[in-house]
Amino acid sequence: MPPLLEVRNLRTEFRTGAGVVRAVNDVSYSVDPGETVAVVGESGSGKSVGALSILRLIPNPPGKVVGGEVIFAGRDLMKFSDAEMRHVRGGEIGMVFQEPMTSLNPVLSIGRQITEMIEQHRGGDRAAADKRALELLGLVGIADPQRRLKQYPHQLSGGMRQRVMIAIALACEPKLIIADEPTTALDVTIQAQILELMQRLTQQLGVALIVITHNLGIVARYAHRVNVMYAGRIVESGPAAAIYHTPHHPYTMALLKSVPRLDRPRQARLDPIEGQPPDLTRLDRGCPFRPRCRFAVEACAVSMPPLAPAGASGQLAACFRSSELSLEAGYAA
Amino acid sequence: MSLAAEARPVARADTKPLLEVRGLKMHFPITEGIIARRKIGDVKAVDGVNLTIGRGETLGLVGESGCGKTTMGRCILRLETPTEGAILYDGIDIATLDRRSLVALRRRIQVIFQDPYSSLNPRQKVGAILAEPMKVHGIEPDAKRREAKVRELLRTCGLNPNFADRYPHEMSGGQRQRVGIARALAVDPEFIVCDEAVSALDVSIQAQIINLLEDLREKFNLTYLFIAHDLSVVRHLCQRVAVMYLGHVVELASCDEVFDNPLHPYTRALLAAVPVPDPTVEADRSFQPLPGEVPSPINPPAGCVFHPRCPLAVESCRQVIPELRELRPGHWVACSQVT
Repeated sequence: MPPLLEVRNLRTEFRTGAGVVRAVNDVSYSVDPGETVAVVGESGSGKSVGALSILRLIPNPPGKVVGGEVIFAGRDLMKFSDAEMRHVRGGEIGMVFQEPMTSLNPVLSIGRQITEMIEQHRGGDRAAADKRALELLGLVGIADPQRRLKQYPHQLSGGMRQRVMIAIALACEPKLIIADEPTTALDVTIQAQILELMQRLTQQLGVALIVITHNLGIVARYAHRVNVMYAGRIVESGPAAAIYHTPHHPYTMALLKSVPRLDRPRQARLDPIEGQPPDLTRLDRGCPFRPRCRFAVEACAVSMPPLAPAGASGQLAACFRSSELSLEAGYAA
Repeated sequence: MSLAAEARPVARADTKPLLEVRGLKMHFPITEGIIARRKIGDVKAVDGVNLTIGRGETLGLVGESGCGKTTMGRCILRLETPTEGAILYDGIDIATLDRRSLVALRRRIQVIFQDPYSSLNPRQKVGAILAEPMKVHGIEPDAKRREAKVRELLRTCGLNPNFADRYPHEMSGGQRQRVGIARALAVDPEFIVCDEAVSALDVSIQAQIINLLEDLREKFNLTYLFIAHDLSVVRHLCQRVAVMYLGHVVELASCDEVFDNPLHPYTRALLAAVPVPDPTVEADRSFQPLPGEVPSPINPPAGCVFHPRCPLAVESCRQVIPELRELRPGHWVACSQVT
């Protein structure tokens, strides 16, 4: 089965006063139909810009996708006209963003925002759209949907607004949903409700999901596969269990070690990643993680290691020393 | 300094808590009308909280948005004047203190805020930001020695002393938070309220700052009130934890007790909602997310405030407000249904 989405050598840059920021730097990955892929990384790692680039939502200027292909259901989205792209966004690809208050229109009722989406993409009459909107609100678990349809975003709580965003994303039966930090603004009990809902619906409806997050717990619970990003590049990629149990990139290892965990005995001391993430305007030819890496050797300064197969669990890692590192990690859980 | 010696009695060998909060209520009035403002209700942000913090202890205060944890911190700093109740700090009631004594007391109590971007003055250099509290409190009146102390503070907080000449915008989030910590330390406090002090930071930087807070606690014998919503960070850093829900403390116990043996149904639900970073553990773990949402603190539910979402609720929970009871030694729970 061919992948639903294939991103090949994607590059996105921003021209700023301080220089060119290489926000996404030669990123390639694929998403199969119905699969949940998580993109993890810290601020500035390029995870959001990467997703916005797929949807061609990068503001130009200052940003620009300067290279690469995004093959979605067999067609290159980078070659689409603006009109064709509008049809893809919200139609074949649904979107859920972090802050539901800013991504919903404050002066339109909830119902109108859902029916607008349906009419734009599906045409048809208002009555059919209204019926579908009611059905969608029920699907995302909003009680008393008839009354809620007439309400405005400010009358809903944060969790409820995010449910509405999910209803809008699902309105036109997309094949893929891109969710950018969908629960970061929510409290932990509401976050659990929303994530369980998204998992249930994507499974039930066979929708693929790209979820962008910095939360390693969410990735472990909900993702089939994981892309770990650092300084605009994917440094490790593979099945979730493999990434967590036998990480092959020093950054992934360090990231997993740096978080305090509820499921392990209390540690005497945390093991942070020393130093700061690099300045993206001043990247050299070498590996961007090199200055913070405990395993760096001279070769790391000369060129960027390619994303290559590492270990026996089917993952890829961009590190010259990945084969030596696997055992040192001591992650046999 | 003689002043410092006066302001800081030598640590006594008794078990008297450094801070004791008694029956604290903080209600914010809601008003209506432009000319004649009428009070139409109250936001009951904190509604009858009792707790103590021992000298050298770190107490975690956890809960979701709107539970009153930040308001608690602000009352202790007297950034808000409580509606009711007492806050005894080393025997002095902060809640009713006059302005002059309050300024003197703030030398002993400091705060680290969540957002290092909005809590540092963008027009001041880091050196000036750190020197200001010393000027206000008359510490190191000599400019040269003050400058030396600024450099010392920066070094203590893991920054290059040259950062004194930089502006906040020239620094990363983690570096700014180090400046925020250095500023709190500038007056040699004994008690620091950390209000979501690591929440805005990326995980790799968060671990650096957590370690720094631990080092400083040891080095300067500090007492922390650590307000946070991230349970794994609280477990790592604190000795005791108070769990808040809608203005009430629902569970209070040692860290190990709260995390290994949670008794209140809200604490249990909160812990279950946190996915752990291990796909194998998560694949086998099923849980029922807590239904519903936190009710409005303007019209909190009668009886136990948690009863509309509680899996254990019975009829009496709708009428009777449960008291905090000591169910195990040192383990306090406000629930009539658990034993």
